[in-house]
Amino acid sequence: MSETFLAPYPDYDVLAKWDTPSWNEQTREVMAHRLREVPGRRFFDEEEWAVLVAVCERVVPQPERAEPVPIAPWIDAALFEGRGTGTHFATLPSGPEAWRRGLESIDREARARHGCGFAALDATRRDDILEAVDAGDVDAAIWRDLPARTFFRHLLLEQIVALYYVHPDAQSEIGFGGPASPRGYVRLGPDRLDEWEAPAAAKRP
Amino acid sequence: MRAPVGVWATEAEQRPRATDGRAPDVFSRDGHVPMRQFEDGEDVDFAIVGTGCGGGVLAAKLAEAGLSVVAFDAGPFWRPLADFASDEREQDKVYWLDERLSDGDDPIELGSNNSGRCVGGSTVHFQMVALRFRPEWFAARSRLGYAVDWPVDWRTMWRYYAEVEDALKISGPVSYPWGPDRGRYPYRAHEVNAAGLVLARGAEALGVPWAATPLATVSAPRGKSPPCVYRGFCKIGCSTNAKQSVLVTYIPRALAAGAEIRDLAMVGRIESAGDGRVTGVHYHRDGQWRFQRARNVVVSGYSIETPRLLLNSATDRFPDGLANGSGTVGRYLMVHSNHAVWARFEEEIRWYKGPPSMAVCEHWNYVDDHPTKDFDGGYAFMSQGPLPVDFAKALVSNTGTFGTALRNRMAEYNHMAGLKIVGETMPQAENRVTLDEETDALGLRRARVTFSYADNDKRLFRHSLGFMKRMIEAAGGFDAYETSSTAHLMGGCRMGHSPEDSVTDADGRTWDVPNLWICDGSLMPTAGGVNPSMTILANAARIADRMKALAARGELAARHA
Ligand SMILES: Cc1cc2nc3c(=O)[nH]c(=O)nc-3n(C[C@H](O)[C@H](O)[C@H](O)COP(=O)(O)OP(=O)(O)OC[C@H]3O[C@@H](n4cnc5c(N)ncnc54)[C@H](O)[C@@H]3O)c2cc1C
Ligand code: SF4
Repeated sequence: MSETFLAPYPDYDVLAKWDTPSWNEQTREVMAHRLREVPGRRFFDEEEWAVLVAVCERVVPQPERAEPVPIAPWIDAALFEGRGTGTHFATLPSGPEAWRRGLESIDREARARHGCGFAALDATRRDDILEAVDAGDVDAAIWRDLPARTFFRHLLLEQIVALYYVHPDAQSEIGFGGPASPRGYVRLGPDRLDEWEAPAAAKRP
Repeated sequence: MRAPVGVWATEAEQRPRATDGRAPDVFSRDGHVPMRQFEDGEDVDFAIVGTGCGGGVLAAKLAEAGLSVVAFDAGPFWRPLADFASDEREQDKVYWLDERLSDGDDPIELGSNNSGRCVGGSTVHFQMVALRFRPEWFAARSRLGYAVDWPVDWRTMWRYYAEVEDALKISGPVSYPWGPDRGRYPYRAHEVNAAGLVLARGAEALGVPWAATPLATVSAPRGKSPPCVYRGFCKIGCSTNAKQSVLVTYIPRALAAGAEIRDLAMVGRIESAGDGRVTGVHYHRDGQWRFQRARNVVVSGYSIETPRLLLNSATDRFPDGLANGSGTVGRYLMVHSNHAVWARFEEEIRWYKGPPSMAVCEHWNYVDDHPTKDFDGGYAFMSQGPLPVDFAKALVSNTGTFGTALRNRMAEYNHMAGLKIVGETMPQAENRVTLDEETDALGLRRARVTFSYADNDKRLFRHSLGFMKRMIEAAGGFDAYETSSTAHLMGGCRMGHSPEDSVTDADGRTWDVPNLWICDGSLMPTAGGVNPSMTILANAARIADRMKALAARGELAARHA
């Protein structure tokens, strides 16, 4: 995965609308909490945490950011607070247990292949392992009855992107309008823009 | 007590708001409206469990007829103007997030995918698509040769669709291309956004009709509801009250007519007496279990919680759960297949603007004989407008994409359009809700939901994927890809013609217990190829009129003829 991220809306920032009619009081409060009160580690132990952080770095690499969008702290917080998603797929253990076992299995998979933990691997090797997990091409003795792909796609990837794309930086990078209430939009047609939207992207090469 | 899910207005999740003779005024930021209250020991005419499409309509219509009503909801009583943020994570607070076990060959996603938990039910976060069943579906067995017939005639339902469409002031097109005449919608149609115009262009290229979607959000002011501002966050709750949810339509009517609404009140068990009749409900509110006496109990908790409550109310006399003499409680659970085709476009679409589904094609709901149609039932499909998290989740769960490739694909967000079906699935006895051994925080056994597609269901969604791919490419889309998911719940306590294979009669009265009723989406014997809420609302409006007629004749709690 040697691709680079092609930022289509480099000069756009949804946060610039903070004091405009696009943002209401409650949205500002919620976003202030997200930006300023990033929780510390409470659920995972240090080893699990290191694996989770290393996985998040590969699922959403953010090399261009001095301060990457935090993801692992919010996964930890949701598990610590016992916040569910409403679905417990019967093939997986319950949420907290599935996370622990899944991260441990990724780490053991790394040790079995390379003799060191996942967090100590370079980017290419980490990606190879994650691709193998997604393909279910893993050591059955390590994963036992934990379905690798279900864990990877439905817990890990889904939760990581859910936390990344609620962050204003992630919303800015895709040119999403961001919070919009009480003011919504007026121009709904193709290639039509309200002045409070991201200016049209430069065409891709 | 359950920890709050949201960061904002957490008090609504922790302490009941409808108390002391008043309930939240949903059109204000912090105001109240007066509310009549009943004593627990008072034998009210109706205790209604759930305040969504089924429970909300009943509460309003029965109270307006002078009957005494207490309606319970496990979730909070929101004031959208003050409580709803433009944030996908914060708004998880409108969903049923307690764990339910999901199994079967094709286990379904629950939570935000299909289950609300607040006063107003799932309509608080529904996407407002307001369609009617095709008339023949009410007689699917005798007219079309599959599944079962409803115990209700389509002409009756047609009248009630008109009633609820007026109650919600549906904004829709002047003439609708499919089915018998339905008159004009109460409000004019919304301007179709760019995502909807993709569907329109594709439909015209393929020679099939399309329409501006009839939507339950107003296109002009209505009372205290302003017109829709096209902010596009409908699926996580409308913060302007343009959306005509049950919370801002039937609930205020119910309160004004003297119904009591009890928020944060989870009903855990229905009590029954030695004579086999029910006497009231046990509910948990403000940290304690209480008991409300009632002459009639109506269960309106939707397709999972309704069967769960009946099963959790088993007694020596009804060891398999209340109203379950036929063994049908929890069975014939249906979903809609929700398969989709997505593609990239040269122009910017920016589908985040406007309600997510502004154009619809019901072509395959009304075609019976066609060389490619190799399935029973039908499907509608609509243009799409997922918010970023929703879109990203569908992308990763279906493709496994991660890394810079993921960020680059998400960066095409503004150039994407999609077509997604609401695909009928067949009622199957083995698709069902049962009780798991594990219990929730209140000690109530959790629901286990078992779902597998039938072969017919698979033929249907495969057909749709082929058709939608052709259409999206005909509209100019490229790099098309497919995703699969499910939407909506139907059935689980179906009504029918006989106590042998259904839970209730056409009035929603359970065959086994004369003063126990069901009124919600779980009654649906078939799923149809359209979003279900208008059908659930119309059926509830019809049942309310039946109850009123029976009450007037003194036959409410009578046995079946
Ligand atoms: C994201 C999403 C989008 C949708 N979009 C559309 C759409 O565009 N068009 C459409 O037609 N339909 C749509 N639907 C479906 C529609 O919202 C539901 O089919 C409909 O609301 C179901 O009505 P109901 O009365 O059966 O249940 P609900 O509306 O879900 O109401 C049930 C209520 O009962 C309460 N309850 C349950 N058990 C208990 C208990 N034991 N004690 C107390 N309270 C209890 C719950 O908290 C809930 O509030 C959508 C659904 C979702 C999830
Ligand atoms: S688009 Fe309209 S209905 Fe949807 S959230 Fe905005 S104002 Fe409400």
